[in-house]
Amino acid sequence: MWVDFSLHHAWLIPLLPALAFAIISFFLLRSPQLASRLAIAAMGSAFLIALGVGWAVVSKGITVEAPFVMKTVWFSMPGLVAGMGVLIDPIAAMMLFVVSLISLLVLIYSTGYMTGDPGYARFFAFMSLFAASMLAMVIATNFLQLFVFWELVGLCSYLLIGWYFHKISAREAGKKAFMTTRIGDFGLLLGILFLQIAFGTLDFGELAVKVPAYVSQNGAALMTCVALLLFAGPVAKSGQFPLHVWLPDAMEGPTPVSALIHAATMVVAGVYLVARAFAIFSVLPGAMTVIAWLGCFTALFAACIALTQREIKRILAFSTISQLGYMMLALGVGSLTASMFHLMTHAFFKALLFLGAGSILHALHDKADIFEMGGLRKSMPATCAMMGIAVLAIAGIPPFAGFFSKDEILVAAAHVSTPLYIGASFTAFLTAFYMARLFLVAFFGEENPHDHPHESGMSMLFPMGVLAVLSIFAGAVPFALGFGDWVRFGPAHHAGIDWGIASASTLIALAGFSLAWLIYGGGAKRSDAIAKQAGVLYSLSLNKFYVDELYQWFNRNIVTGLARVLYWVDLNVVDGIVDGAAQKSGAVGAILRRFQTGQTQQYAAVMLIATVMLALILAFSAGAVAGGGKI
Amino acid sequence: MIGLSHYLLVGAVLFGLGLFGLLTKRNLIAVLMSIELMLNSVNINLVAFSRYTATDAAAGQVFSLFIIAVAAAEVAVGLALAYAIYRGRDTVSIDDMNWLKW
Amino acid sequence: MESGGLMHTLAFFLLSGITLAAAMGVVFKRNLVQSAFLLSVTFLGVAGLYMTLEAEFMAAVQALVYSGAVAVLVVIGVMLTHREQMSRSNPPNKMLFAGAFAALSVVGVMVWAILATPWKVGKGSVVTAGDIGRRFLTDFAPPFEAVALLLLAALIGAVVLFKGGKAQS
Repeated sequence: MWVDFSLHHAWLIPLLPALAFAIISFFLLRSPQLASRLAIAAMGSAFLIALGVGWAVVSKGITVEAPFVMKTVWFSMPGLVAGMGVLIDPIAAMMLFVVSLISLLVLIYSTGYMTGDPGYARFFAFMSLFAASMLAMVIATNFLQLFVFWELVGLCSYLLIGWYFHKISAREAGKKAFMTTRIGDFGLLLGILFLQIAFGTLDFGELAVKVPAYVSQNGAALMTCVALLLFAGPVAKSGQFPLHVWLPDAMEGPTPVSALIHAATMVVAGVYLVARAFAIFSVLPGAMTVIAWLGCFTALFAACIALTQREIKRILAFSTISQLGYMMLALGVGSLTASMFHLMTHAFFKALLFLGAGSILHALHDKADIFEMGGLRKSMPATCAMMGIAVLAIAGIPPFAGFFSKDEILVAAAHVSTPLYIGASFTAFLTAFYMARLFLVAFFGEENPHDHPHESGMSMLFPMGVLAVLSIFAGAVPFALGFGDWVRFGPAHHAGIDWGIASASTLIALAGFSLAWLIYGGGAKRSDAIAKQAGVLYSLSLNKFYVDELYQWFNRNIVTGLARVLYWVDLNVVDGIVDGAAQKSGAVGAILRRFQTGQTQQYAAVMLIATVMLALILAFSAGAVAGGGKI
Repeated sequence: MIGLSHYLLVGAVLFGLGLFGLLTKRNLIAVLMSIELMLNSVNINLVAFSRYTATDAAAGQVFSLFIIAVAAAEVAVGLALAYAIYRGRDTVSIDDMNWLKW
Repeated sequence: MESGGLMHTLAFFLLSGITLAAAMGVVFKRNLVQSAFLLSVTFLGVAGLYMTLEAEFMAAVQALVYSGAVAVLVVIGVMLTHREQMSRSNPPNKMLFAGAFAALSVVGVMVWAILATPWKVGKGSVVTAGDIGRRFLTDFAPPFEAVALLLLAALIGAVVLFKGGKAQS
């Protein structure tokens, strides 16, 4: 009953938070308590429906091959029919579950975290819209619908990252996020346009049939280009190198926003898009290779940066980029299951990490440098314990969630290419190291005598508790229940644990922990010494490999220079043509105005002479004498 | 033997005279007079045709009566206009009336 | 008047001579008042030509409307608007030659057309005032009414224009 209702009213999942957004923005901006309750109620209902959808998928045997689809025509014109609808398959159901759950928990958390913020009600409105856009994107049946909500997600991220708009850095961060993702969206839009032109449809189901057929007939070259264009969207949205630069800056937003962006809504949209269009990507080995290597590189690259960052949220941001690289890598090596599995577990423990970080920041009044925290385990025991769970989960220590999903990715990578496996494993080592560093420095170390941190309230601890439980069990339980039977592409995938790889990765993670303990267990002095020894490498990592600076340099010199050239062209060539045309018109007018004397008699004379000429022309061109005897 | 062509020629010459006056007179009222000459030449033609060629002779004369009526109206309004211009602009010289251009 | 007879020929040449001579006077005289009176003579000549065409009603209307009303109206117009020396009141403008050329070319084309056309002259017919009156009230009733309306409008318009607007008074 409830299951049936959920399945057939899956469109309610995005609609409820969207309605909450509308109601809050129109009626409840002045009543924050009501606003937050409404947002949570709407999201809670959406979560319940999402649960029902998930149950329906399992109980009704909805598979990737036979998804549940409800479609209607949005608009149609010759050559273009745009549909709108709901597509439920195990992947979408999993996403709905994860996104709505995390959004719900983050909303509950926000009631505590955002207390006293002047825009409290507005915050809940935006968060609802953010979640609604993401949920609607998840159930899209075609590229156009997906793109619409994809952009809406981008808009919400802009609004929320720039939440503290009185701060210049926050405004700039919002703009940076929006514009960086736009670069990718441009490619994505081009790819979508190409698909529409080439195949006359944007429907995922139809494309999944037509594209492989096209590729087997005409070769993969053209479609590889299109796939890479499509992939540009996820590169920007999911913070893959080289468009990852917006993600660390997105930390300017309130911490719940960061949690939502990093765990559930924004960044995984890119991964989800690739997964949703996997039928296109999977037949293009070239594109897959690019995705895999880019993912691997991003994972390693971001992990290297995360090693030296000092702000807690920045470390987490680079860790997110790194983990997203993992997901892309998994997709690139053809394991949709591993990618989605990691997406899910990562959503839980990364949300937990961010909420924990938020709890710390809340306690320390937005002091973000981990080296200034110190000894928080005594004052914030619950936060400490839950952060510890999250760290173990992300590092991939069994039996925590991250272990299983990361293991799946490593297995899949090892099957395809050894270098990818080594890169991924090394990233795992780095991940363990920097997460342990964060944990040790922030919670152990010496207490900072100036701070008097206190444990956060229940509204914040409760969502963290839920996420902590999920971070422990969300790996093992789905693994045991056969996650790969449902969320997959192609034949069902029964991955047993590859004990060799599993033990290796566990050892690697423990090695990372040990190294961190060696360096940071004894206070900050030893780490500073090592930083000095590392020299160039340290400053490279600290400055994020100067990618931002490179972009700035590029902007300042190339873009501005080009703009100057174009400005000159505009001023002299384009305007020159326009001005020249105007001047010539004026000159012609100056000549013609002599004919315009205003003297009626001249006009009459000209008219008469013209009439005479016409009469003569008619008379002679008719080939007969005028009158021609016709009277 | 006087025939149709004679009348038509008289009409043509009269028309030409009127036309010449229309184009070369500087006085607005003189121009109106020239127009009257041209209208008369047309009437001569019409009546001549009605006399010599038409199967329905009355139609030609009815037509010229219409023309006379219209001409009368025209001269009345034309003179009124000339007077209005004279009063407003203090001139009846067409050379001064170049307001048709902007 | 018998068509084709000597009297008719004489009358035609006499009347057309008067008409054209008077018309030339209208156009070439430098005195506007003389032009106006010669215009009246031209109208009368045309009325005479109508007589030779056996259109007595037309002749009467021509004499009444043109020589009577229109010529008088023109003279009044001259009187109302004129103030300089009358002997130089009707000067030509700068386009004397251009106008002459235009007028001559039009006349040339018309004369050539008249002469080149083989007119099919029928036996002709005479129209009485009664015929015209009947036609006016039967076939041509709508245009007749329209002309009546036009004359009314012209009358009112002329009065309004002569009277002048408030701004000018």
